[in-house]
Amino acid sequence: MAKRIVIVGGGAGGTITANLLARNLHHELTTGQVVINMITNTPDHVYQPGFLYIVFDKVRSEEIVRKQRDLLDSHINLFVDPATKIDREHNVVHTQSGKEYPYDFLVVATGSRIVPETIPGLAEGGHFFYTLESAKKLRDALKDFEGGKVVISVGVPHKCPVAPLEITFMLYDYFKHKDMLDKVELQYTYPINRLHALEPVANWALPQFEGKGIKYEVLFNMEEVDPVKKVLKSMEGVEMKYDLLITVPPHKGAPVIEDSGMGKNGWVATNKQTLNNESYTNVYICGDTTDIPISKAGSTAHFEADVIAERISSQIQEGSTSTRYDGKVVCFVETGFDEATYVWFNYKNPPKPTPPSKMLHWMKLGYNRLYWLSAKGVL
Amino acid sequence: MADVKIDKTVDARGAACPGPLMELIKAMKSEDVGTVVEILSSEKGTSVDAPAWLKKVGQELVSVEQKGDYWSIVAKKIK
Repeated sequence: MAKRIVIVGGGAGGTITANLLARNLHHELTTGQVVINMITNTPDHVYQPGFLYIVFDKVRSEEIVRKQRDLLDSHINLFVDPATKIDREHNVVHTQSGKEYPYDFLVVATGSRIVPETIPGLAEGGHFFYTLESAKKLRDALKDFEGGKVVISVGVPHKCPVAPLEITFMLYDYFKHKDMLDKVELQYTYPINRLHALEPVANWALPQFEGKGIKYEVLFNMEEVDPVKKVLKSMEGVEMKYDLLITVPPHKGAPVIEDSGMGKNGWVATNKQTLNNESYTNVYICGDTTDIPISKAGSTAHFEADVIAERISSQIQEGSTSTRYDGKVVCFVETGFDEATYVWFNYKNPPKPTPPSKMLHWMKLGYNRLYWLSAKGVL
Repeated sequence: MADVKIDKTVDARGAACPGPLMELIKAMKSEDVGTVVEILSSEKGTSVDAPAWLKKVGQELVSVEQKGDYWSIVAKKIK
């Protein structure tokens, strides 16, 4: 009987894992020894980092959306049928249509989603840029904005940890290009006691903020928004008036995780090296879905996908595996419209950001196009 | 400390991003009232920053303890 691999989730992590498995197991797939089934919620695949550029009219939505089927190796079966329950005791995934997908190996890559509704008033009073719809809404609000106080605030937990800094620097350049800096006050806030979680990035950002006149309030965690009076209150007791509120709302994992009893708030207990779900050696967790205290970012999912695909392939072909995830994360950081830096780090090596340059900005723009090769498991 | 039962431990040693303090904030926001959370950090700064934040938001610091080359911060969500 064929070994059945089921991948739940068609984002970066799930798609890269599936395509790498199809490449590693080409012989087994073509001879009927292995079957790969992917279960997703949507027929579309969205390059989420593109939302930031939608806000500033730098890309069109058509550029960041592709058909999931077109990205997958032809040997992978795709089922657009949301998973409703994952039963690890019986090795089966149940879907909305009532179908069951038994598995020998399971990859859970269900991602994360913004939950602005968990902070009173935020959904009504705040703008976001973590969905296509909200990014377009913010783009239009910025076009109409005639001046005033722009507050940037960040929920916990959140994915793409560099996005709050990126949008702040890009807002500065946006208003500079519109010759509006004298009419706009940029106020950045951040949950911990520096400008960014990565200390070297925070240290780099501080003089940038001071040089550009960007105000900042640290140890600021959103508690409540009054959308009528336009006031944002923090858990720490600070009240801040705003004219335009731009936030990264708190995140949760997919509902199917909690519905399956796999982890509170949608985060699944994951071994930081093997990426197995606790003692389930045939269940792997990829990307934002893990509870590993590491950046929730596309690159994290990508490097985890490399490890998971290698481990499953080896388990099938050799009966065992020794490949481990070392915590590798690589992130570009846009520092405005013209320059960028990048950081890479892992469990043992802290990040050391390089000075921003135009070349790194162009590399980031290039990667925005090359992403589709990453998704296909080529890059 | 000896009679406090830890409900959840987050091993944030070596975690550069989002880091130990963000993990503590995440836990205090998402866990149920009464939950006792332990954060393990290899950053000495957490042993100062975490208690300061807990005091600011009115949550309970149970203990701070150095254990060799890392620190254990235990906090209880009380509201």
